[in-house]
Amino acid sequence: MIEVKNISKSFAGQKVLNDISTVFDKGKTNLIIGQSGSGKTILMKCCIGLVDVDEGKIDFDKRCFSDLSEKKKRVTQKEMGVLFQGGALFDSFTVEDNVMFPLNMFTKMSQEEKNERVNFVLNRVNLINANHKFPSEISGGMTKRVAIARAIALNPKYLFCDEPNSGLDPKTAEVIDALISDLTEEFQMTTVVNTHDMNSVLQIGQKIAFLHKGDLWWEGDKEGILTTDNKELNDFVFSTELTRRIK
Amino acid sequence: MKIIQEIGAYVMLMFQAFKRPDKGRVFRRQLMMDFQSLGTDSIGIIAILSLFFGAIIAIQMAYNIDSPFIPLKTIGFSTRQMMIVEFAPTIMSLILAGKVGSSIASEIGTMRVTEQIDALKVMGINPANYLILPKITASVLYNPVLIVFSIVLGIFGGWIAIMVTGLSSSVAYIEGLRSWYDPFTITYALIKTVVFAFIIASVSGFKGYTVKGGSVEVGKASTQAVVYSSILIIIFDLILTQMLLV
Repeated sequence: MIEVKNISKSFAGQKVLNDISTVFDKGKTNLIIGQSGSGKTILMKCCIGLVDVDEGKIDFDKRCFSDLSEKKKRVTQKEMGVLFQGGALFDSFTVEDNVMFPLNMFTKMSQEEKNERVNFVLNRVNLINANHKFPSEISGGMTKRVAIARAIALNPKYLFCDEPNSGLDPKTAEVIDALISDLTEEFQMTTVVNTHDMNSVLQIGQKIAFLHKGDLWWEGDKEGILTTDNKELNDFVFSTELTRRIK
Repeated sequence: MKIIQEIGAYVMLMFQAFKRPDKGRVFRRQLMMDFQSLGTDSIGIIAILSLFFGAIIAIQMAYNIDSPFIPLKTIGFSTRQMMIVEFAPTIMSLILAGKVGSSIASEIGTMRVTEQIDALKVMGINPANYLILPKITASVLYNPVLIVFSIVLGIFGGWIAIMVTGLSSSVAYIEGLRSWYDPFTITYALIKTVVFAFIIASVSGFKGYTVKGGSVEVGKASTQAVVYSSILIIIFDLILTQMLLV
């Protein structure tokens, strides 16, 4: 469980997060949604320790994270898996080396055990026969799956996904969503997904936090999002002609 | 003010980089890869340039010796001295600043804008240590080898030029090479090379690491890495020469 307590963040005097408090539950797919510029990426960066908060704190399973030094943060960061928007795979490594990287850095596994683990996670994300390909040789959907495989290689307690569906066609996006949701349940991780894809929201959103201009505007689940009378949320969710007609 | 901030940021980054590597085996593997990309891959250009520089120095010296009172062995002596004292350590380092410096800055800069450095950080790895330390180590260890290689080839290039043009004899050239030799000049050249290697790898690593934006900024950082490294090499050349030779 991740607890975000009254966090605020400003850049050059402009507030991008304003007194945000929420809880991301264990074993659930927690979604942060909002328009571009609403502060959801900054909120995630605060959670994973890439950006320091100005006020408030973030606890991981009751352990304070945001106040720690860089060195001490690394201990908790080793329990995180992060899927970046573009995948952030290491260009000079093959798919196999990318997934093996955290195992090389943080485990004392034998080469055989590492190979076994790499093949297991690659199979788990349905990537077969791609071990020796380089990131430049694989598709966008495969890149995301390799990034997920790398993120779960060390059995993380917390999984963060920043716009996992950006740049993907709707069908591949659905596959990635289902994969994130299944892995969350299977490994009982606390998963936090940043998205503005409404298909994702309706498919995997077990808990949803809606950010609007740096404020936490609404919290609920995927059922509640369809029936809410919150104007800003409705404007966001039903922003297209198609969704308005369906409603 | 901006310069002071940049120097401060550079020093802070070097403090981060010069920490004990997270895993020795991974550091050694990175180091081997950097020996290859920053050192071995530069042998070709160093060899060609050194041969030609040596040849040009020898020919220019031969044409400038008008007086019969100046012995022909001066050609060999001057070629050796110029290759050891200035051409190999300084000019080759400037060339390496262009080749290796831009490569380091663009590699690390691209990693920054594609969030690969962020990925390293959230894995609990010290990215500066993982990315920059092996490059500095590889440059500092390999560049002296390249510079000694350059000196030898430059002197050989001078000999070939003398033989082909007939401006002097092989005996006079070799006699010149063996005249008035001060072993300290080699030490001086190697000290300069190590300092220049550190400048090239650390400044380029810093410029790449601190890129903000996209591909345009990576290009700018790469250019700045070469410009800053070159200026610092010349400044430190002057300082070291004053300190070590005068």
